[in-house]
Amino acid sequence: MSGTRLTMRAWLMMLPLLVVMTAIVGWPLLDTLRLSFTDARLVGTGGDWVGLDNYARMLSSSRFLDTLSTTTIFAVVSVTLEMVLGVLTALLLNQAFYGRTLLRALLILPWALPTVVNATLWRLIYNPQYGALNALVTQLGLTTDYQSWLGQPASALTALIIADAWKNFPLVALIALAALQMVPREITSASLVDGAGPFSRFRHVTLPYLVGPLMVALVLRTIEAFKVFDIIWVMTRGGPANSTRTLSILVYQEAFSFQRAGSGASLALIIALLVTVLAGVYTMLIRKAAGSSS
Amino acid sequence: MLKITRRTLLATALAGACFVPQAHAETTLNALFMAQAAYSESDVREMTERFTEANPDIKVNLEFVPYEGLHDKTVLAQGSGGGYDIVLFDVIWPAEYATNGVLVDVSDRITGAMKDEVLPGAWTTVQYQDKYYGMPWILDTKYLFYNKEMLEKAGIANPPTTWDELAEQAKILKEKGIVEHPIAWSWAQAEAAICDYTTLVSAYDGAFLDAEGKPAFQSGGGLSALEYMANSYESGLTNPNSKEFLEEDVRNVFQNGEAAFALNWTYMYNLANSSEDSKVAGKVGVVAAPGIEGKSEVSAVNGSMGLGIPATSENVDEAWKYIVYMTSQDVQDKYAKGSLPIWASSYEDEAVTSGQEELIAAAGKGLAAMYPRPTTPRYQELSAALQQAIQETLLGQSSAEDALQSAVENSGL
Amino acid sequence: MEHRSLPFTLFIYATALLLAAVILAPLFWLMIMSVSPATQLTAKPLQWWPETFDWSRYQFLLSTVENSAGAAFVASLFNSLKVATMATLVALAVSVPAAWAVSRTPAVGWSLSMVILTYMLPPVALSVPLFMGLAKLQLLNSVFGLALVYLSILAPFTTWLLKSGFDGIPRELEAAAMMDGANLFQTLRIITLPLATPVIATSALFAFLLAWDEFFYALLFTSDLRAKTLTVAIADLAGGRVSDYGLIATAGVLAALPPVLIGALLQRALISGLTSGGVKG
Repeated sequence: MSGTRLTMRAWLMMLPLLVVMTAIVGWPLLDTLRLSFTDARLVGTGGDWVGLDNYARMLSSSRFLDTLSTTTIFAVVSVTLEMVLGVLTALLLNQAFYGRTLLRALLILPWALPTVVNATLWRLIYNPQYGALNALVTQLGLTTDYQSWLGQPASALTALIIADAWKNFPLVALIALAALQMVPREITSASLVDGAGPFSRFRHVTLPYLVGPLMVALVLRTIEAFKVFDIIWVMTRGGPANSTRTLSILVYQEAFSFQRAGSGASLALIIALLVTVLAGVYTMLIRKAAGSSS
Repeated sequence: MLKITRRTLLATALAGACFVPQAHAETTLNALFMAQAAYSESDVREMTERFTEANPDIKVNLEFVPYEGLHDKTVLAQGSGGGYDIVLFDVIWPAEYATNGVLVDVSDRITGAMKDEVLPGAWTTVQYQDKYYGMPWILDTKYLFYNKEMLEKAGIANPPTTWDELAEQAKILKEKGIVEHPIAWSWAQAEAAICDYTTLVSAYDGAFLDAEGKPAFQSGGGLSALEYMANSYESGLTNPNSKEFLEEDVRNVFQNGEAAFALNWTYMYNLANSSEDSKVAGKVGVVAAPGIEGKSEVSAVNGSMGLGIPATSENVDEAWKYIVYMTSQDVQDKYAKGSLPIWASSYEDEAVTSGQEELIAAAGKGLAAMYPRPTTPRYQELSAALQQAIQETLLGQSSAEDALQSAVENSGL
Repeated sequence: MEHRSLPFTLFIYATALLLAAVILAPLFWLMIMSVSPATQLTAKPLQWWPETFDWSRYQFLLSTVENSAGAAFVASLFNSLKVATMATLVALAVSVPAAWAVSRTPAVGWSLSMVILTYMLPPVALSVPLFMGLAKLQLLNSVFGLALVYLSILAPFTTWLLKSGFDGIPRELEAAAMMDGANLFQTLRIITLPLATPVIATSALFAFLLAWDEFFYALLFTSDLRAKTLTVAIADLAGGRVSDYGLIATAGVLAALPPVLIGALLQRALISGLTSGGVKG
């Protein structure tokens, strides 16, 4: 069969997928773009062309800037925490010890727990009056007073990050572990003979194998963290005093609670753009890292 | 080909129609309620069951969401042909719903008898610009609940009649070590906080909007109300977790014996005073929320809710039948332990009043003083801005004055 | 095995125990809450073990009495099941041919990259038009409408996983079958698909878990028990309007059971699926 015909056949087989994606993603995206230039409301009338007004208003509003910084803090801290915990866990599980298989099996549990259930669980744990965390730290004698974990801006964001990291570090750990198991034994042994210490061994022997897979995990988790909605919706709904309001929550509020579909659309596209730029930068970093490690 | 198919379809449909005309055309209604507060979920299910027993040709599916989801669910279901037939709505929404055509205008369906027999205050719940958008169902305001045993222990003879007196009594209770944080409120970043705030605004004789519809809460009574909240919070008289609490959290704390005073809706009275889960059963007192010397005798927020029919409903007649049943005096009298009736004559019925005389007495004063939250189609934005202002002030992020000033800027008015 | 000093071995075991505790403690607590009497959950000091096991909440939530809270919960469970199953099946149906095409004809690969890039879009960027579109098609508050939307999340993911699976099946096998006179469909049916069964199964599991976990679209596009999924039902319960914390915990346990069981029983397949993409890049 000729190359052109093969390609034609391949396109034909791709067609259902492409049709689906065009209809459910492509068209809505274009329509969001159109809406973002209008003052359309979610129901009822409206929809007059307003040019770049929505963008100008959003980008200059303190609501947007505050929310952007909250989202960035959430994404950076929780992803960093997940990467560090994940790699440490993988290093541990790469050692031989009794119960290792079981422990690796346990890792899948937080990951499999639905996000909403995870959020609900932690909300109960953080309950200011009857929560397990308050009971624990009080009974251990660490504090005397019950704390309002989700009621103080600083601790609320931290509490959310911990809940998010608990669910997601196992994914990083599993990916890192698989990468570690690809490090040939001979290399490790050889470096041992050379008298390399554990840290220099990690740095020069193990790390190069980890970088690629970890970068992929990093990109995936960062994108997800930037889009975060579920866990915040269930745990704080953006409170207290909007200190945990992330971009996705802000769009929901704008487009659905306040019914300003137009300005909600402009904000959503700003987020999409930010995530795309972020992912682009990461991809470049990955290419660089892949180039240097090989 | 197409023609034949269409003709066949038509014939089949006609044939089908001929065979079933006698059968009851069963209608399914979809109703949206909120979970908890006022009538409980099981109360609503029981009432509905009675209704469907009496109307076997109507089936009612019930949906319960938290209060926080009620508004958005109603608005979002607008787009769907298969949306709701009956929705519960808060007193603050008719302006927005009417402006956007969310609810059916039912002015013609309300009879003269209804108008005469339902308390005038209840009607304000469902009205916007002289039109009726449903029937009032929950007649509610925030009351001051107190723990009789704790007050007695502290040697306090009577519950407070002014907000200053409340602070004084709370101080005594705290100093005597009877309870660590005497007062519990629902100050989470939610509408619940606005209800507490409005109660205080009414006490201080403040106003949300001026005559031109511009914000007026940033000075006068509106400012004093927020300052009172901040002082109460800072002094430790208020449970610091209040800034995370919704109404059910307040109830949990109060009925667990961890608060001497609590501001909450009607429903808490019987749940805290007589349910098995309550540790303070039999010790619960209730009065209308206090006033401010020289400004008010009592204070109250209009927290009533009504039942309406979304404009997308295809079963308006059946939906109205259901609403009439749910708001009927019989049903309301029967479940008066969860929420007080909208019907004037119910308050003279001993079956309604017995066992909750104290509550009825408090209601007599409170319901008469109900103060409305502002009527504006953009209420949701105003409310969100005020919620933020309240929380920022409580958290000490800004002064009450500055916080309210930025709320004015963010209110969209 | 390399030699390890005793302190290091002790350190390994200590951290392993700590890790196990960190993972298990919250999960155990969820289960304990679900069977503790309500008064015990608001007791001070908090008791960590129930005096009596109270299973009534499971009974309550799994009740099938018409128009009860339990029936509503069960309905949402079935909705989740329906939506996740439908979306998974359709996702496989469109992604198997697409993945094979990309695997065998790299010239069309760029279109898959485009499809996968959609993962970066936050759902909020599509939600308003999707909401309006579904409304026009009368597909709001419908399991079909929701499954359709989920398809756009699942299909790129399964295509990507399947492609790496097909890459591992030697082309020579297919070529040999073709030489014997089999046409494309026969070849795929007899040779390729049987060999790809494990990766197809893994993809199906992942897709199912993704759909089961989804919350945002379900929150927007469903309004009652005709389509409301489990995640929304739980968020409603957790919304601060239920005073019995044990009931919330029970709902959480029930919603977590299917994915956690899938995770625990099929962890080998899942881990290989999770990591193959990551390791190969």
